Amino acid sequence: MSAPFPVLRTFRLAVPPVSGVLRPRLVAVCAALAAATFLVFCWGVSVGDYPIGLTGVMKALAGSGDPGTLLVVRELRLPRAAAGLLAGVAFALSGALLQTMTRNPLASPDMIGLIEGSGTAVVAGIVLGWDGGLSTQALGLLGALATALLVYLLAWRRGTTGYRIILVGIGVSWMCTSATDFLLARGGRFEAQAALGWLVGNLNGRDWAQAGPLAVAVAVLAPTALLLGRLMRTLQLGDDVATGLGTPVQRVRLTLLLTSVGLIAFATAAAGPIAFVALAAPQIAQRLAGTAWPPLVASGLTGALAVLASDLVARTLIPGLELPVGIVTGVLGAPVLLWLLIRANRAGSGG
Amino acid sequence: MLVVALAVVLLVLCLLSIGVGALTIPPAEVVRALAGHGGGARVENVVWSVRVPRTALGLAAGAALGLSGALMQALTRNPLADPGILGISAGASFAVVVSVAVFQPGSLYGSIWFAFAGALVASVVVYVLGGLGRSGQTPVKLALAGVAVTALLTSLTSAVVLTDPDALDRYRFWSAGSLADRDGSVVLQVLPFIAAGAVLAFAVAPALNSLALGDDVAASLGRRLGLVRLAGVAAVTLLTGAAVVAIGPVVFVGLVVPHVARVLAQRAGIGPDHRWLLPLSAVLAPCLVIAADVAGRVVARPAEIQAGVLVAFIGGPFFIALVRRRRLAEV
Repeated sequence: MSAPFPVLRTFRLAVPPVSGVLRPRLVAVCAALAAATFLVFCWGVSVGDYPIGLTGVMKALAGSGDPGTLLVVRELRLPRAAAGLLAGVAFALSGALLQTMTRNPLASPDMIGLIEGSGTAVVAGIVLGWDGGLSTQALGLLGALATALLVYLLAWRRGTTGYRIILVGIGVSWMCTSATDFLLARGGRFEAQAALGWLVGNLNGRDWAQAGPLAVAVAVLAPTALLLGRLMRTLQLGDDVATGLGTPVQRVRLTLLLTSVGLIAFATAAAGPIAFVALAAPQIAQRLAGTAWPPLVASGLTGALAVLASDLVARTLIPGLELPVGIVTGVLGAPVLLWLLIRANRAGSGG
Repeated sequence: MLVVALAVVLLVLCLLSIGVGALTIPPAEVVRALAGHGGGARVENVVWSVRVPRTALGLAAGAALGLSGALMQALTRNPLADPGILGISAGASFAVVVSVAVFQPGSLYGSIWFAFAGALVASVVVYVLGGLGRSGQTPVKLALAGVAVTALLTSLTSAVVLTDPDALDRYRFWSAGSLADRDGSVVLQVLPFIAAGAVLAFAVAPALNSLALGDDVAASLGRRLGLVRLAGVAAVTLLTGAAVVAIGPVVFVGLVVPHVARVLAQRAGIGPDHRWLLPLSAVLAPCLVIAADVAGRVVARPAEIQAGVLVAFIGGPFFIALVRRRRLAEV
């Protein structure tokens, strides 16, 4: 590979003992996404009943400025923006992990029942009053983790395969969805509306109590996901080939699954099930970067950008009314995914 | 052989469905009432005006969901595709919600034609979007376009439902999925669509086998891919649209039943031949729907639990057990 390259072509970096593949287009996409995410983050913090200029926001983020602005930014606006950012990253990363593991673009955390499980727990808490003194957040987290454990145990039979986990997950998620529907139909009008408000995915009134645990989870799990990325790529070739290449398949798969579950559980608990992000962000990132698999860093940034931008729209679209972010995510994300699908000009990148 | 055995099971379930309920009718009397003589006016009235339409609805809608599920998974070559993936159930849901919010029809079944129109429009939009662009139509593009449109419509549905309590009330009962309180005429209204869809589905079944080998191989075998996909999507739209309109968005039936059919076909030594998978799915799915409906009348007497809920709780564990038991036949 010594021929001269046009700009933005993939090339191999081989400086012994370090070697790797550098994809300028992927790097450029990540940089652009990061910049856009930062901008939307600051913009989101600046908008509200008490408008703050963008420079004021950046100053407050750096820790200077007048005390009033600092208080508003730190205690009111920042937790919400942080929850959106982190939830976006977590949803998108876990979606990318699952889609790579199963080699199926339709696989997303809402397929394997985690989101449905946490939804059922929360709706049961709201409609039946079975909250046991726990907050909605704790209920959501417990529901997701319990469902994940159930799916893994049920799919375990001298090892598991990605395909079996997904199929068992489908069965479990089906039961959870039905239970949720049943509870919604059974509950009173007021409870049903409250439950639905949560089920759509919502960032209204988030404070540090919600954003804090999510931040810890992302700080631990996101690096794990990135480390797994290398091993995961051999899994895409099929279990047998991966074993032949020296990948400990069962262990990698378990770690992958745990990472994905952790991310999705904490994100759902903090922001509600903004499910579409998990499915769409990796696919959007893959098409932006022109890679053959969902790139992890770009997926995470796409997810963060999607949730933050949606939240901004949700707050400003109708003055005086805060829409749940989940509604806007679907309305904004769907056209982007469709546009990328239509624009894809090679048979391979369309599918 | 297998189909015959399953048909017998289905027949027994139908008789049960006619016999079980607030007024329990013994099987012998059911048969006599069906034949037109005996049982007295009260029994005959219950059988003909309540139980038979309800059972027929379960049969028709169940068969439609099973068929369209098997079709959809073959067309997209994806075992995770359900018949709602073309946006059909999301379109129907959105139409139901909008019709309630805007026109406030007197009965839920005033909105049946709205729901059907919503399903049709969503499906056509997905089909067209999935075929745009230079690479033409690929199964993955079709599936992803469907997912995107579904997400869009679901979001819009949530937006309407969250701002309009009346629409929420209708929506939550409709979306749980039920055969109860359906007007007797509903089954007659949706039956022509289901029949047309079934004819189309069986017509494309042989072509689906070539499609499973990949687009290039299928084309070189002389299949006209565009035509097969168009016919397949049309069949799915008719079948799913009619079923969803009639009993609510319980499309999960269509996702799970073809997997069961594949396992049964494998055991019977048929293999994944769609000329067998389609009829198998069409018989298995109504078994599940009717069994769930009967169970829903029994477990919570005198109240009823919606069939859509119990379908999951009967079908789910069975499906999981099946997945655990054997090496699965992949699509």
